[in-house]
Amino acid sequence: MSEPTADRREFRLHPMLAVTITRLREFTRQPEAIFWVYVFPLLMILVLGSAFRTQPRQQLAFDLVESSGSPQLAQWLGHEGELSWKILPESECRQRLRTGKSQLAVKALAPDGAEIEYWFDPSHPDANALRNAIDGKLQRAAGRRDPLRVSDRPFQESGGRYIDFLVPGLIGMGLMGGGLWGVGFAIVDLRIRKLLKRFIATPMRRSDFLAGIMISRMLFMVPEIMLMFAFSWLLFGVRIHGSWWLLTGLIILGAVQFSGIGLLVASRCKTLEAASGLMNLVMLPMWTLCGIFFSWQRFPEAIHPLIRWLPLTPLIDSLRSVVNEGAGIVEVLPQIGIMAAWAIVSFAIALRIFRWRED
Amino acid sequence: MSEELAIEVEGLVKTYAGRPPVEAVRGIDLRIRRGECFGVLGPNGAGKTTTIEILEGILSATSGQAKVLGWEWGKDDRKIRELIGVSLQETELSDKLTVEETLSLFRSFYRTGITVAEAIARVGLQDKARTWIKKLSGGQKQRLAVATAIVGDPQVIFLDEPTTGLDPVSRRQLWDIIQGFTNSGRTVLLTTHYMDEAERLCDRIAIIDAGKVIAEGTPHELIRTLGAEHRIELTWDGLAPPELAGRLRDLPGSVNVMLDMHHATLHVDHPHLVLPQLMSILGESKIPLTNLATRHATLEDVFVTLTGRHLDDHQASGAGKPGR
Repeated sequence: MSEPTADRREFRLHPMLAVTITRLREFTRQPEAIFWVYVFPLLMILVLGSAFRTQPRQQLAFDLVESSGSPQLAQWLGHEGELSWKILPESECRQRLRTGKSQLAVKALAPDGAEIEYWFDPSHPDANALRNAIDGKLQRAAGRRDPLRVSDRPFQESGGRYIDFLVPGLIGMGLMGGGLWGVGFAIVDLRIRKLLKRFIATPMRRSDFLAGIMISRMLFMVPEIMLMFAFSWLLFGVRIHGSWWLLTGLIILGAVQFSGIGLLVASRCKTLEAASGLMNLVMLPMWTLCGIFFSWQRFPEAIHPLIRWLPLTPLIDSLRSVVNEGAGIVEVLPQIGIMAAWAIVSFAIALRIFRWRED
Repeated sequence: MSEELAIEVEGLVKTYAGRPPVEAVRGIDLRIRRGECFGVLGPNGAGKTTTIEILEGILSATSGQAKVLGWEWGKDDRKIRELIGVSLQETELSDKLTVEETLSLFRSFYRTGITVAEAIARVGLQDKARTWIKKLSGGQKQRLAVATAIVGDPQVIFLDEPTTGLDPVSRRQLWDIIQGFTNSGRTVLLTTHYMDEAERLCDRIAIIDAGKVIAEGTPHELIRTLGAEHRIELTWDGLAPPELAGRLRDLPGSVNVMLDMHHATLHVDHPHLVLPQLMSILGESKIPLTNLATRHATLEDVFVTLTGRHLDDHQASGAGKPGR
């Protein structure tokens, strides 16, 4: 049944590579996708990194309540560089405390300042620290002698600041979004457009197709993550203390794990609405619980075991250990184990229940 | 395995689970020879798409056997997929890929085939090779869908409603392309609900209704089964005199008469023999005639005669498409 006009020796792309290239082409032709994948994470780093930038020197700002004793307090406190205060009427002090404009008001109950009242919210750590600092100043000014000689040594090395904490969190978040949207949404979209059905009418191997989708996803991610590291290094001096190879391995494992979950979410959805609902259901708990913006240890201990097993937690924790503490592979083995388990289980289930056809 | 058969279907049944279950295909047998252009004609919901999708390997049959080029679905799936080309209804190819890029993706799936450039040339899209699909017209998109079906150089080509919704010029272009395949010895199986398309393109036709083949043969054979190959159609205003029906039926040479309030269709073998007498009847009864036409019988008439319904009569069909 050979046909003379057909060129049977034509160079043919491997189908997996063809799917990968096709996905990359489609991706680069969507300006909104470029924005969400490449620009948005950088904006997050910029905005959050600036908002929580470590101040060069902490200003101690508070209010003095106007009273017969306030001149005495003012004299004791003086106006040294790090102190910043104003004498204000009592009502205004209350108002400023209530609205969060100040964290501490100091009131002299006696004209000679011998009795003092501090107004602040004791559940607020900064207000507590401020109260203790001002109390120390006043006690010393009034004659207290400290028995110990102390000196301060500023310690603000790369690795311990908020931005150092934040960047691995944002990378983990990017990998989660990329896997779920990039793989899951793409597949549901192909199913709705009946292209999945069209593809299975060809001799294409299903594994080539799925692998192509995943590889293309990884390839968009490489520049995304390199940009995030480069950007936060240039702007905030974030450095990678651990091994690049280990970091790369963790990122790939994280991406594979979330591709698997994306595939699982997409395996039976027939509409984009169903898919986005399901994806939000999967992502929302991880957004809040897994420690992207603050440590998950702050949640009640009762739910720690749950948080520890969510797929985003081991990814972010291991990235942080490697980036900030220079951890080696042995220290992040438990996290690697959890992620590998998620990857294997999600792929196994997804491939079993995946809906290629309509019947 | 019969060498000369491209497609062999026996006792094909497809029931979609549900409450109640939908019997989309209720026992179909087909034998399609190599090099033939075979048409499956029927109204919407008759089971055309279900039948063709089983033959394309997209759906699995509930029972029965389907063979393509001697290979059996369910056993030799990969072999069959290398040998067939498919164009589905309502596939939405990616907007932001060019014609060339789309075809090179499809080409990569087949071990052997024609070049992307040749596929583009065969459907006449050379000018659009580097155009995004978004910018193609409906007819051009449909030609591209056909190009994806032939890029693997298939022996059997399945086209599901290839011209539905297209303008007359685009339809004719597609007809030429399809005739090109059959001229080069390929087998084409197409579904359509346009009788003119089936008459013009197909060597043989199966008419499907409610999941069963109700007639099969060449277009000419099917029309000949009607007994009378010509139609005389009358339309008038107002009420016809009561005796008209009887007088029309008594006309010598008239095989059959279908009559309603304002319309009559006469089935005749020789219009030139019937017409003079018909004219005198009409003159005597003084019917305010608005139209008198004679035409050749069509496949539509075959369908109407067999089922009492018209092909594009959506509601009337028995087995519906399953809700997806």
